[in-house]
Amino acid sequence: AMEDGLRPGARICEGDCAVLKRDDVFKAVAVLRRRKIIFEKQWFYLDNAIGHIYGTTFEVTSGGNLQPKQEVEETTTETKEAGTDNRNIVDDGKSQKLTHDDIKALKDKGIKGQEIVQQLIENSTTFRDKTEFAQDKYIKKKKKKYEAVITIVKPSTRILSTMYYAREPGKINHLRYDTLAQMLTLGNIHAGNKMIVMETCAGLVLGAVMERMGGKKGRYGSIIQMYPGGGPVRAATSCFGFPKLFFNNLHEFPLSKVDSVLSGTFSTDTLPSEPEDNALGEEESNGLTDEKQTSLQETEEESTTEAAMEINQTEEQETMDVNAEDVEFKENKEKEDKENVREKQRKQWERRKKLIETAALLREKNADGLIVASKFHPTPLLLSLLEFVAPSRPFVVYCQYKEPLLECYTKLRKRGGVINLKLSETWLRNYQVLPDRSHPKLTMSGGGGYLLSGITVVLDKGKSDSSNLEALKMEEPSSKRCKVQDLHC
Amino acid sequence: MSFVEYGDTIKDGDTAIVFLGHESMFPVKVQHGTVTQTKYGVIRHSTDLIGKKYGSKVTCSKGGWVFILHPTPELWTMNLPHRTQILYSTDISIITMMLELKPGSIVCESGTGSGSLSHALIRTVAPTGHLYTVEFHQQRAEKAREEFREHGVEHLVTVTNQDVCKNGFGVSNIADAVFLDIPSPWEAIGHAKSALKAEGGRICSFSPCIEQVQRTCLAMEEYGFTEINTLEILLRVYNVRTISLQIPDLGKAAEDNSSTGFDSSNPSNQGSPCANLQQGTVQFKSGVPLREMVGHTGYLTFATKS
Repeated sequence: AMEDGLRPGARICEGDCAVLKRDDVFKAVAVLRRRKIIFEKQWFYLDNAIGHIYGTTFEVTSGGNLQPKQEVEETTTETKEAGTDNRNIVDDGKSQKLTHDDIKALKDKGIKGQEIVQQLIENSTTFRDKTEFAQDKYIKKKKKKYEAVITIVKPSTRILSTMYYAREPGKINHLRYDTLAQMLTLGNIHAGNKMIVMETCAGLVLGAVMERMGGKKGRYGSIIQMYPGGGPVRAATSCFGFPKLFFNNLHEFPLSKVDSVLSGTFSTDTLPSEPEDNALGEEESNGLTDEKQTSLQETEEESTTEAAMEINQTEEQETMDVNAEDVEFKENKEKEDKENVREKQRKQWERRKKLIETAALLREKNADGLIVASKFHPTPLLLSLLEFVAPSRPFVVYCQYKEPLLECYTKLRKRGGVINLKLSETWLRNYQVLPDRSHPKLTMSGGGGYLLSGITVVLDKGKSDSSNLEALKMEEPSSKRCKVQDLHC
Repeated sequence: MSFVEYGDTIKDGDTAIVFLGHESMFPVKVQHGTVTQTKYGVIRHSTDLIGKKYGSKVTCSKGGWVFILHPTPELWTMNLPHRTQILYSTDISIITMMLELKPGSIVCESGTGSGSLSHALIRTVAPTGHLYTVEFHQQRAEKAREEFREHGVEHLVTVTNQDVCKNGFGVSNIADAVFLDIPSPWEAIGHAKSALKAEGGRICSFSPCIEQVQRTCLAMEEYGFTEINTLEILLRVYNVRTISLQIPDLGKAAEDNSSTGFDSSNPSNQGSPCANLQQGTVQFKSGVPLREMVGHTGYLTFATKS
């Protein structure tokens, strides 16, 4: 009950997907009781956090429990002693009188971080000679080290994309969060779209798209996730903590079947190898498919009623095979085996049904947009997947490297049916803003990847002349000086 | 059509985008009986537009042709009539993500200006969210209302003509996010705080000058906002070009090509430099930066209401 006027979902509940935050370090966790969490060199249980509001900051007590941090009065600004510059401060490493052992003893006694920082200040011979700014910086640094506070926040694209970029950029092809932000906007991702998403970013991009298409009552529109190998990877998607409703109208389709859909030869005879039951932990394979021989004699019909009838037939066969003289144990084992086989058959039948449905959705060729962010070369992906997109719709391709997008651009121009092609990257800089001390921060990301975006138009098939004309018209006029050297793609 | 929902065919009353060629386009209000002049000739709405599929090629009276595109907030941003300096999609993208906007979000914005950001916000919060936008200039406020009506989104937005620094946003304790693009944002922080929901609301302030940013950050701190973070984002665009560079004459004999450093034996290898030793050139594909780019629009400061 929301007696306190807070929105549903404002409080931390057991079973939630949450994110731990300390300064700029994030970690996604499941909120479960008696589950030991290790974060930023501290270990603790989340039990005490349950019931508190998201955004609350906690301290870790000596028992490994969380306790909301009390708002403490900052030591009032009595005119404190401070120096004017550091010309006389010698860094001999001896200015702190407390030793490592002394500090450890304080920690072991259970002294709070705040108190430790105070002790460090008092035992520093050079503190009072530092300038106010230097004192500020010193206190901040010690607080960061000894005052271990953790904030529990709700997951969102903002938080998860920042987290993944900092912690596991390799898993997301070094897609920086601002680049992801551009993709969502350039792609006009919004409720009601029919989107095609092809990504190998652990499901982060999928999650971001889902977030922009979802509301309280569920998700509006539909998403078809294309995947290489045996099944889609959605490890990051699960970190968002979406309600079950969001997964309605989320379809998946194997890349290995794309060509058959385009050429009209699609059938469900050969499926990509079955994914593991626990798909969350799996790394996708590199497009290898196994031919799966099923134990049943499968017909080549695509009709789902045929498949259903087949399963019924085998059930009947099995029930007729009972040997009345079997030991009860053997009977039970057989029963169990039958159950397993039935379940497996049922699952496979479900999979085929879904595949057929999704292929039909693709064949409509009316998707509202295409998002590609993968480790694969973008050109073949774009050239095929664009076929499924309606005219006058945006598409965005991410690549960690610029060169493949140069080639992609060229091939798209040749193909025609696209306008407003743009190759870009974003440059991001964070700032420290403090009175008299404002400047860009020291470290910067060197690169966040590249984007190629455009808009589809009706494709003039069979008129290669006109597509060249179109290409020329859509090209930027080259500057006069370069005319001699430039050749249009 | 609508700015928040795709349609397939062009209808009377739609706002469509006429695309003429590289970065040359303009919006047009589709109306029976109207004609639109372009450099390629005349477009007759009744015969050339209404009923056609979006994305179609339309041949104009002089024989040249154009494409008719479905409007999106991004295309609108590139083509809207400026009443003020506007925000472009690069800034809009990061604002949208950092404010954690999604369908159902309640957002407050001031000033409305030319409605560039407004359209993008409305698109993101649709169909169940709402934008409360405040503009102190009466004509601009009225023009904004008119445009939202024309674009079929008036049910998703409320335009209020008042001074946000004096009178706030007109709502309290309900907003998921607040956005400020005004000369003195520090004067509106208090109002922003009261418009925001009790916990976890996000705020963003956009200012061209660092001095404004400093005052705003101080105000945010005073009002108890946390996670205060300032950044800037720039867009670098590359033109894709095939470039030919000449091989210099170093006085070598024509047959002795061993040390030019180029391998002309496999010209079919896409993407790698290709030497044409006859003509004395090497060709390669490059992403060439623009001569001039937008360097600075403004600083973006984000924070969370605690």
